[in-house]
Amino acid sequence: MNFEFTEEQLMIRQAAKDYAERELLQDVLERDAKAEFPAKHIKNLAELGFMGMMVDPKYDGSGMDTVSYVLAMEELSKIDAATSVIISVNNSLVCYGLCKYGTEEQKEKYLKPLARGEHIGAFLLSEPEAGSDAMHQHTHAKDKGDYYLLNGTKNWITSGNSASTYIVMAQTYPEKGYRGINALIVDRNSPGITIGPHEDKMGMRSSDTHSVMFTDVKVPKENRIGEDGFGYKFAMKALEAGRIGIASQAMGIAAGALERATAYAKERKAFGTEIANHQAIAFKLADMAVKVENARNLCLKAAWLKDNGKPFSMASAMAKLYAADIAMEVTTEAVQIHGGYGYVKEYHVERLFREAKLTQIYEGTSEVQKIVVSRSLLRE
Amino acid sequence: MSILVYTENWDGKFKKLSFELVSYAKSLADKLNLPVTALSIGHVTDDELKQLGNYGAAKILNVADNRFDSLDNKALAEAVAHAAKTEDSQIIILSHNNVGKAVAPRITVKLNGGLVSGVIAIPENFDPFIVKKKVFTQKAFAHVQIDADIKVLTLAQNSFELIETENKAVIEAYDPQVADDVFSTTVKETNKVTGKVLLTDAEIVISGGRGMKGPENWGGLEELADLLGAGLACSRPVSDEGWRSHSEHVGQTGKIIAPNLYVAFGISGAIQHLGGVSSSKVIVAVNKDPEAPIFEAADYGIVGDAFKVIPQMIEEVKKMKS
Amino acid sequence: MKFLVLISNVPDTTTKIRFVDDNKAFDTTGVQWIINPWDELALTRAVELKEAGGIESITVANVGENITESTLRKALAVGADDAVRIDAKPKDAFYVATQLAQIAKDYDVIMAGNEASDYNGSAVGGMLAEILGFNSVAAVSGMDIVDGKLSLTREIDGGQQKIEVDTPVVTIVQKGIAIDPRIPAMRGIMMARKKPLTVIPPVEAVEKTEYVGFELPPPKAACKLVEEDNVKELLRLLQEEAKVL
Repeated sequence: MNFEFTEEQLMIRQAAKDYAERELLQDVLERDAKAEFPAKHIKNLAELGFMGMMVDPKYDGSGMDTVSYVLAMEELSKIDAATSVIISVNNSLVCYGLCKYGTEEQKEKYLKPLARGEHIGAFLLSEPEAGSDAMHQHTHAKDKGDYYLLNGTKNWITSGNSASTYIVMAQTYPEKGYRGINALIVDRNSPGITIGPHEDKMGMRSSDTHSVMFTDVKVPKENRIGEDGFGYKFAMKALEAGRIGIASQAMGIAAGALERATAYAKERKAFGTEIANHQAIAFKLADMAVKVENARNLCLKAAWLKDNGKPFSMASAMAKLYAADIAMEVTTEAVQIHGGYGYVKEYHVERLFREAKLTQIYEGTSEVQKIVVSRSLLRE
Repeated sequence: MSILVYTENWDGKFKKLSFELVSYAKSLADKLNLPVTALSIGHVTDDELKQLGNYGAAKILNVADNRFDSLDNKALAEAVAHAAKTEDSQIIILSHNNVGKAVAPRITVKLNGGLVSGVIAIPENFDPFIVKKKVFTQKAFAHVQIDADIKVLTLAQNSFELIETENKAVIEAYDPQVADDVFSTTVKETNKVTGKVLLTDAEIVISGGRGMKGPENWGGLEELADLLGAGLACSRPVSDEGWRSHSEHVGQTGKIIAPNLYVAFGISGAIQHLGGVSSSKVIVAVNKDPEAPIFEAADYGIVGDAFKVIPQMIEEVKKMKS
Repeated sequence: MKFLVLISNVPDTTTKIRFVDDNKAFDTTGVQWIINPWDELALTRAVELKEAGGIESITVANVGENITESTLRKALAVGADDAVRIDAKPKDAFYVATQLAQIAKDYDVIMAGNEASDYNGSAVGGMLAEILGFNSVAAVSGMDIVDGKLSLTREIDGGQQKIEVDTPVVTIVQKGIAIDPRIPAMRGIMMARKKPLTVIPPVEAVEKTEYVGFELPPPKAACKLVEEDNVKELLRLLQEEAKVL
């Protein structure tokens, strides 16, 4: 069993780390305070190839494996989880969905600009009345022959305003239940789309989250992904892969918190010595390190299974469940270790703590992940 | 046989480092019972040249040739190598500054010698010839042996003291026989930064970091530097933000300086910054964070608000001067 | 113009410096190797010039053993076209310059970093130039290609100069040659292995210098602290005790 990374994977990790430390770190606090979209960074990261990491070069992607993706997400998230979520949604929900289930025409038209990062992608599943209970979609897409007529509201949409390409899940055949849901590629500029105000969030404030309302929006038939009624399955399959991105993000937030807490503990003095020399603190750090290591291993295993064409649904659910939960634990302890300094913006850990909470909620709550894991387990 | 020292001049004047080189050469020469010959290239008056004798140069070779003004590396190397041959010098010493670093390796190859650059002391041994220098960007020392008959050394600035001796210097005009076609560097434009104390020459350097909060707060530092005749420096984030010019950035990727006194205001002391100033004789740090790493490197410090300390320092320096 | 960028393989800047073998050698255990920071800036500038259409190709070269190949591939990822490794331990500057001379004569512009962050020799560039009989320009903080000619910015004490020089030439570059080292794009990283990396044997050469010992600096005395409102005392210490005022 080989636990070593390839030279390419190490270079990719280093590139993400260098960009995060040199560029993202410079204005991350300001952007969080102002809830300012990281436009310049998305452009730079797109140029470096981070927006279509796993897309085949023939569709203008970088052709990397999922393990590299996990490493890149970790490094970016250690410093700026708001930027990394924009990247994660683009990569492992939208691009992945199109790569796996899109037609050649759809890939030519939509995947290429997304992979190049010229367009940002958004994934519209959640609704005001349906989050975890995604089977009951209220947004509907009436089949009108050569187009669908889309009506409804989606909310909590990452990149809701900055995205150019939406993938929208909507009900076409209510009588068929979840088997009547379709996934449609929708141009953000289509007439009839209204974007709600920017949500004033606890964390990941630099990522723009909006509700999106559709009023008689016409979506060409050829924009449907997969067979008629494939939408729910599509969404679930996309989320299987998307979970790896979010798990890596959560793990990265925790890893960043651990690094900061460790550095602080080595410098801060109390009771005659550095606090790292007090067992209470040292043991906290040990616990945090074990959790981060476990989370990382779960992410890498899920990535490896995906890269090797093996089923990875349970693995990615385990990774997301665990990484998000430990991200909350590790960031809480990181704030604690910093004492008063942990409570102020300047020391970053309070931001990591706020960011960690969302990872337990979006792209499938921790509770939903437990459903996935227990069902997989009990099925055997 | 003599020890040859290349003493660079700036618009016809020598600097402290030129005299450091001669003192170093003389200390070395005394141990080997050899005279010191200084080589000067450019337009330097006899009065100025004679000063080299105050530090031990017995002979001064004066190359009054303005073709060398372009600092053409190939031509300079030929000139120094020629002088070394004329003088039958086994040891050639230059400064570890821009010109010294450019020319020393070329001379070394020409004379089939061995080079140690950035030496910080007289050789501890002559046979074998072993000399000390700093390595790993100021983090350690190395003892280097030269296994060649001819030894070329570049001396790190401010690492050797000036020792005055009886002046017995004799000045000689010298032609190093460098043909016209050797010179191929054309200077199109020169932009001098006038009026300010050169960082690399300054004995005292006042430096500001991110803790100074913004470019508008540099007035106090400028006044302090003015009063002390000091150079002004800054940490990398300050020059990256555009608060101060890149020419003031000291650090591993900026300038490496070795003043007698380095005073850092609002600088945390990242490794890369310290790598640029750790050769300073004395480091003083003023920072409100008691945990700032700079206090590990500083000799003296104040844990406090730079904005309270600077005005006090200005007052105290004014008092000292009057 | 064909560019050659010399690459040194050095320990990453956060490496703890330790010596072994009775303090005669640097301890390489667990060291992360990187491109020498000045060489990385040189390469960045070369890549920028190539992207602007000013130069034909960039070769990177290193004298080193097998372990330097991943550093060379990083250079290929950043944008070099091909790499050469001369298979030998980089014994000293003269030895290294002699090895590089084998391939360097075919290039118009050779870029060397001001110094390597490990042994701080500041020698290879100048030595190589002399061996090849090329001219050299040092303290180069800017490089442009104007009408097919090389235009350099050189730092002099107290200012800067704009220089024109004929090729072939060795340019010894420093801070300012590029602002930040280029981060390799993902595509560049994935393509690095496809670019040629040739390994050639060393030629007979001698070293003129050798490292016979190392030492770490003595531990520093603790910082003497003075109260914020007692600047007078600080100045007194600096004048009477440290004797620097």
